Amino acid sequence: MNTPLLEIEDLYAGVAGKEIIKGFNLTINEGEVHAIMGPNGAGKSTLSYLLCGKPGYEITSGVIKFRGKNLMTMSVEERACEGIFLIMQYPVEIPGVPVTSFLKYAVNAQRKYHNQPELDTMEFIKMLREEGRKLGIDAEMLKRPVNVGFSGGEKKRLETLQMAVLKPQLAILDEADSGLDIDALKIVAEGVNNLRDNKRSLLVITHYQRLLNYIVPDFVHVFADGRIVKSGDKNLALELEEKGYAEFVKDK
Amino acid sequence: MTESKKLEVIDESGDKYKYGFITDIQSETAPKGLNPDIIRLISAKKGEPEWLLERRLKAFEFWQTMTEPTWAKLVYDKIDYQNLYYYSAPKTKTAPKSLDEVDKKILATYDKLGIPLKEQEVLAGVVAVDAVFDSVSVATTYRAKLAEKGVVFCSISEAVKEHPELVKKYLGSVVPYTDNFFACLNSAVFTDGSFVYIPKGVRCPMELSTYFRINAKNTGQFERTLIVAEEGSYVSYLEGCTAPQRDENQLHAAIVEIVVLDNAEVKYSTVQNWYPGDKNGKGGVYNFVTKRAACRGINSKVSWTQVETGSAVTWKYPSCVLQGDNSIGEFYSVALTNNYQQADTGTKMIHIGKNTTSKIISKGISAGFSNQTYRGLVKVASSADNARNYSQCDSLLIGSTCGSHTVPYVENRSRTATLEHEATTSKISDEQLFYCQSRGISAENAVSLIINGFCKEVMQQLPMEFAIEAAKLINISLEGSVG
Repeated sequence: MNTPLLEIEDLYAGVAGKEIIKGFNLTINEGEVHAIMGPNGAGKSTLSYLLCGKPGYEITSGVIKFRGKNLMTMSVEERACEGIFLIMQYPVEIPGVPVTSFLKYAVNAQRKYHNQPELDTMEFIKMLREEGRKLGIDAEMLKRPVNVGFSGGEKKRLETLQMAVLKPQLAILDEADSGLDIDALKIVAEGVNNLRDNKRSLLVITHYQRLLNYIVPDFVHVFADGRIVKSGDKNLALELEEKGYAEFVKDK
Repeated sequence: MTESKKLEVIDESGDKYKYGFITDIQSETAPKGLNPDIIRLISAKKGEPEWLLERRLKAFEFWQTMTEPTWAKLVYDKIDYQNLYYYSAPKTKTAPKSLDEVDKKILATYDKLGIPLKEQEVLAGVVAVDAVFDSVSVATTYRAKLAEKGVVFCSISEAVKEHPELVKKYLGSVVPYTDNFFACLNSAVFTDGSFVYIPKGVRCPMELSTYFRINAKNTGQFERTLIVAEEGSYVSYLEGCTAPQRDENQLHAAIVEIVVLDNAEVKYSTVQNWYPGDKNGKGGVYNFVTKRAACRGINSKVSWTQVETGSAVTWKYPSCVLQGDNSIGEFYSVALTNNYQQADTGTKMIHIGKNTTSKIISKGISAGFSNQTYRGLVKVASSADNARNYSQCDSLLIGSTCGSHTVPYVENRSRTATLEHEATTSKISDEQLFYCQSRGISAENAVSLIINGFCKEVMQQLPMEFAIEAAKLINISLEGSVG
C-alpha cells in the first residue's frame, strides 16, 4: 500500500521575480528514494529551498502537500518539525555555538512541537554520543562550534549526524552543484542508508550519477527547464552518465 | 524633610522590563537641589565624621568649576542638577538591627527581584548580599560568617563609622574627586554603597554581592563602592542593578574603587539592568559610572566582567591601573543596546609596572535604533618593560537602523611592549537563521542561540548562576527585535 508523503502538483515558483520551477509534478511515497538529476544551473536547489520554505523563494501557483497537510503555509521551523530535513551543500558557520547545544535546541524544539517532554542534558548527550559513534564522530567534535573551521568532510559528517538525531520523515540531500568529494559523500550515503526504512523517504538532488552508486534510488527523474522531463528507474541515471544532459537541454 | 507621596500608576503595556514596579513605602527625602546645605544634611543624616564632610564640600566646590564632558558619542537632554533629589531613604524609626526589622515591603521588593536576603534561603551560603535601596543600604547578609575570616562586608556608611582608618586611607585613592565631572559629583553627594575588606592571605569563602535598586522618583543614585584586597587575598564580587519603569530619566552616577595589593586577586562582575526606557526612548536611567582598579601590588590581578543591558544612556569605562610588576588587568564586556538606548563604554588599561599584561574582550550587540560605541585606551608608560595587551572588539548588528562604533586609543612609550588589537563587525546572516530554522529552531530562539555564541567568551567569566541570569536577560532585552 503506497502512502504518499510528499505531493507536488503543477508547481510554478521562482526567486526574485524570476520563474524557475514551471509546472513541476512529483509524488514521493513513504519509504521511497527519488533522485532528481539535471544539468548545473537548472534550478535544482530552488526545489530543495522551496520545500524547506527558505525566505525569498515564492510560489506563484500549484500545491505542495506533506503528509496530507498544506506545506506552503508552514514556517521553515514548522516544516522541519513536521519531518523535512535538508542536508545542505554549504552549511553555514555559527561561531561560539557548540554542536551539542545547537542540536539540543533543535531536538527539544522538535520534541516540544510534538508535545513530547524535552530531553535533559544528560539524556541528550548520551544519545548524541551514541549516534556520533556510529558515524565516527568523536566527542571532541561535538564541543566545537557548529561548522567553524570544519573540513568539507567534517561538515558532511555533521549534517549526517543532525539527520540521525532528528530522524526526519523526508531527508533532502542537496548536492545540486557541489564538487564531487566522494569520500565526503560516502559518509552522507552511509548515514542516509542507515536511516532508510519503509516509512522514511529520501530525495537526492544531484547531477552526478556516481552519488547514486552509494544511495541506490527507486526512481530517477530528469529535471530540465523547470520541470521533470523524464522519469525512470536507476538505469536512467546510468544512461545520463553516458549521454549527458544535452538531449534535454536542447529541448528548451 | 518631606514625605514622598503615593506612587503613581505606570503603564506597563508593550514593555518587557519586568523589574519596572515601584515599591510603595514612606521615604525620607531631602529637598530638591544641590548646595552645601544639602551636602551637610546628607553627611549629618549619615552621622559622618568631620573629615568626610570636608571632603564632600571640597568636591562640591571643585565640581562647580567643572563642565559636563561632551566627548562621548551620546545624545541626551541636558540634566538639571538642581531639579533632583540627592537623598531618599526608606523611613524607619530606628536603624534595623537584623533582617527581622527591615521593612517588609522592602524585603518583598528584593524577593520579587529574585534577590535572597534571608540567609537560610540563600544558595546554601554561596552568596552574601548587601542590598542598597535608593540612598541607603537596607541589609547585608552573612556578616557573622564572613567576620570569622576577618572579611568586612558592610555598607560604606557603616564602614565610615566602624573602620574609619581603612576608609580614610583608601576612599578616593583610586578615583580622586578631581577625576571627572561625574566622579566629582559623586564624591560630593554619594549616599551609600558597599565596602569590602579582605585581610591578608584570606580567600573570601563566598561570593559577595551588592544589589542596587533605585525606587524613589527624581532621585539620583550616587553609590560608592570600595574594595580592598590585602596581600595574597581573593574575592569575587557581583553587582546587580534595577530601577522602576518611569517616564522621567533617572540619574545614576556611581564610583567603584578597587585596591589590590601583592599577589591578591579581585574578580568584579556586573549585570547592569537599569530601566532602559520604553520602546520609543522615553524614560530610562542615565548611567554615568567611574570604575577603576589599582593593581598596586606585584602579581596582583583584577578582572572586570560586565553585562550591560540596561540604561537609556551608559557612560562607563571600568579601568585597571597596573602599577605592580607582573600585575594583570582583564576586561570582559557584553553591551547590548536595543530601541533607542545609547552606550559609550569600554575600558582603560594603564601599564606602569614591568611585565604587566592586560586583556580586553568586548562584545557589542546593537539592535533597533540604538547606538553603541566601544571606547578603549591602552596606555603603556616608559617604565612598563615587556608590557603586553591583547584587545578584541567584536560588534554584532541586528537590523539596519542601529549603529556600532569602535574607538580604540593606544599610547605607547615602551620599546618592549607588545600590543595586539582585533576588531570585527558582523550581522546575523539570513543564512544562519535559515540553517537554524531548518532544524526546527524558531527564528527568535535562533537569534538568542547565535547571540549567546557571540558572547560566550565573556559569559564564561561570570559565576555560574549569574551567567544563566545574564543569558536570560540578553534574550529578554532582544525580544521583538528580530523577525
